[in-house]
Amino acid sequence: MNFDLAEEQKMLAEQARGLLAELSPPDRLRELIDGNAESDEQLWRAVAELGFLGASISEEYGGLGLGALDLGVISEEMGRAVAAVPFYASIVCAADAIQTFGGADQKEVWLPRLASGDTVGTLAHAEGRQGWWPRGAGVSFENGTVSGIKTPVGDAGLAEMAVVYCNVKGVPALAAVDLTSDRVKRRKLDSFDQLRAHYAIEFHDAPASLLDASVDDEEAIRSLIDRISVQTSFEAVGGAEACVYMARDYAMDRQIFGRPLASYQAIKHKLADILVATEFARSNAFFAGWASDNSPDDLAVAASAARLSASNAYEQAARENLQIHGGIGYTFEADCHFHYRRERTLALTLGPRQYWADRLVGQIPGNQMEAA
Amino acid sequence: MDFNDTAEEAEFRSEVKAWLAAHAPAHELPDGAVLDDSEEVARGKAWQRELYDGGYAGILLPKSLGGRGGTIIEAVVFDEEERKYNLPKGPYIGIGLGMALPVIGKHGTEDQIRKFVEPTLKGELTWCQLFSEPAAGSDLAAVRTRAIKDGDAYVVNGQKVWSSWAHHSDWGILVVRTDPKVVKHKGLTFFVLDMKSPGVDVRPIRQISGASDFNETFLTDVRVPEDCRIGAEGEGWACCMTVLMGERLNQGEEGRIEELMQYAAQTPRDGATALDDPAVRLSLATAYAEERAAKYFQARLRTMVSRGENPGALASMMKLTYASRLQKTSGLAMEIRGTDALAPDSDAVATREIWHDYIWSTALRIAGGADEVLRNQISERVLGMPGEMRADKGVPFDQLK
Repeated sequence: MNFDLAEEQKMLAEQARGLLAELSPPDRLRELIDGNAESDEQLWRAVAELGFLGASISEEYGGLGLGALDLGVISEEMGRAVAAVPFYASIVCAADAIQTFGGADQKEVWLPRLASGDTVGTLAHAEGRQGWWPRGAGVSFENGTVSGIKTPVGDAGLAEMAVVYCNVKGVPALAAVDLTSDRVKRRKLDSFDQLRAHYAIEFHDAPASLLDASVDDEEAIRSLIDRISVQTSFEAVGGAEACVYMARDYAMDRQIFGRPLASYQAIKHKLADILVATEFARSNAFFAGWASDNSPDDLAVAASAARLSASNAYEQAARENLQIHGGIGYTFEADCHFHYRRERTLALTLGPRQYWADRLVGQIPGNQMEAA
Repeated sequence: MDFNDTAEEAEFRSEVKAWLAAHAPAHELPDGAVLDDSEEVARGKAWQRELYDGGYAGILLPKSLGGRGGTIIEAVVFDEEERKYNLPKGPYIGIGLGMALPVIGKHGTEDQIRKFVEPTLKGELTWCQLFSEPAAGSDLAAVRTRAIKDGDAYVVNGQKVWSSWAHHSDWGILVVRTDPKVVKHKGLTFFVLDMKSPGVDVRPIRQISGASDFNETFLTDVRVPEDCRIGAEGEGWACCMTVLMGERLNQGEEGRIEELMQYAAQTPRDGATALDDPAVRLSLATAYAEERAAKYFQARLRTMVSRGENPGALASMMKLTYASRLQKTSGLAMEIRGTDALAPDSDAVATREIWHDYIWSTALRIAGGADEVLRNQISERVLGMPGEMRADKGVPFDQLK
């Protein structure tokens, strides 16, 4: 048995971590927020040059043809750095949807551009207060166009294309839409996460092409969301680990009542628990990453479990990291708030915990039930 | 990532499978058999003898001591295969192999090794552990049981607790205080104790479960011959560390949450079942996610060990989470079932198992490293945070409050 990343994957992680530490330190994040930037373009060019964007895109379309675990390694580092690049929207979501369900034409059009970073894509799945639910798309596809409103859509200010969750005569489907069309209107929203801008997108009979016909069933779309959620689990693990060590380092330095804050059991035990939650979440993410490529039958349970444990770990880590910092943690100058906000983005974007709990329980033999 | 055995592991596994298929069935206990204690010990000894004859007794013990000198992965593989049979394996054997022999092997004399090692490997000698006391559990070095040298023997007085199977053990491993004038860790000495010695009084402890798996052992003017001392006077703490720090890689526990999902599904609620309640699904799915994580975390530890890395305090994470998860989920299951879980009128088997888990989980959270001790270990050894401030540091034992 070898339940660990391969040497090449560890090197990939190291390379990504080094690059992000150099180009995307916390001060850079503050600068981007102050400048109201949509993303860190310099960082985006750098990750594109290293081939990270094409990691899981097949070689015939300009990628490296690696797997979900390799992508997960990069996602984890993006999460650790709270990187302000549309890696998740463009690569984890849009490129994966097209690679999994796209026809040859769609792949040829979009994948090389996404792999190079020249074009940014995104996933438009949610619809306002309806949120996202596999049978609930109000945006409809008819006669080669889509109409309706998707909101919020992450990184849609940068995106030139979106994979849109829609319905064809009431049947769930995915469509690729060119966002540069004049039949698409984008409106920037005030976003909770200051490092990931969200938009409302209005489609007025916008030209669209359906992804492969096999997408016309709910389970296929759910399984795509499973694959994507595995990557958010890695991202959350990276974020959680960053919080644990940020809190540890601060507590080691900070003296209080004549001794280091880190010497108090209230702090030690809290961080021990969060570290356990993080390592456990990582273990589920490893398996789910492996299952993404090697064991499709296990994916739904693996992804749901990974998602639940990663959400729990990052939630605790982001909150308690700020708490351990005390008052300084409430300032913009401290680094806690990046994670405190990003954690919510990851926790909510693919459906709340309840969605994943229902998905998981429904997959256990003997528990089949109607999805809500 | 690869879930298969390496070539060597596979070869060892097939050898073990074949050997077990030939030898284990004759020793299996019938399902649901309730044996009286002495019968169980007799059968446990017989199986240990079989293991010895097959070359599988003491897989981790060096060859020089008569063990197999195997790797920890071989021990894990053997356990995995052995667990497929319902065999009599009790602490009366495990304490001897896992605790007594490593200490005797490392700190004992040639004579002691000759006297104890082979008979223990053969299952002829059973052992119990006489470490904890009413005021020395997590803080083991606080033991008060005294041994005073008297000619060629030591006279021992005190009280030990939580010794499992002491009433059926031939020998005990015993740590006592020989010098109260020095700091507490330095005044300890390690002995092996013949449990038939005069003055040894073993009394069962009535537990909250109603059972009596553990004993308290009163030692009153027990004369322990000098040649039963392991190591030098004052070497007791080092011996304890040999016992407690032995490399361990526990088997993962079997999954239970799927069963609890079934239990919820068998609980009617508002025309449907409790499993249709979103709150119930969320709680159980969260526990299930943690249970799966533990399984894959265990796989990561095993991978480390197979490379010769020591997971150290990471291994504490398994135990820390298992015990609390058992408590939380069995408590939750009772709540899901509702009032019927207080006193089921029919089909009580599943509920009784949940009661058992809820009660037993309290012992698990304390024994073998209490939650709080494990959290200290994780924060200090994995995260590198400062150790606890100690009021007893540098103070002779007899001046401690």
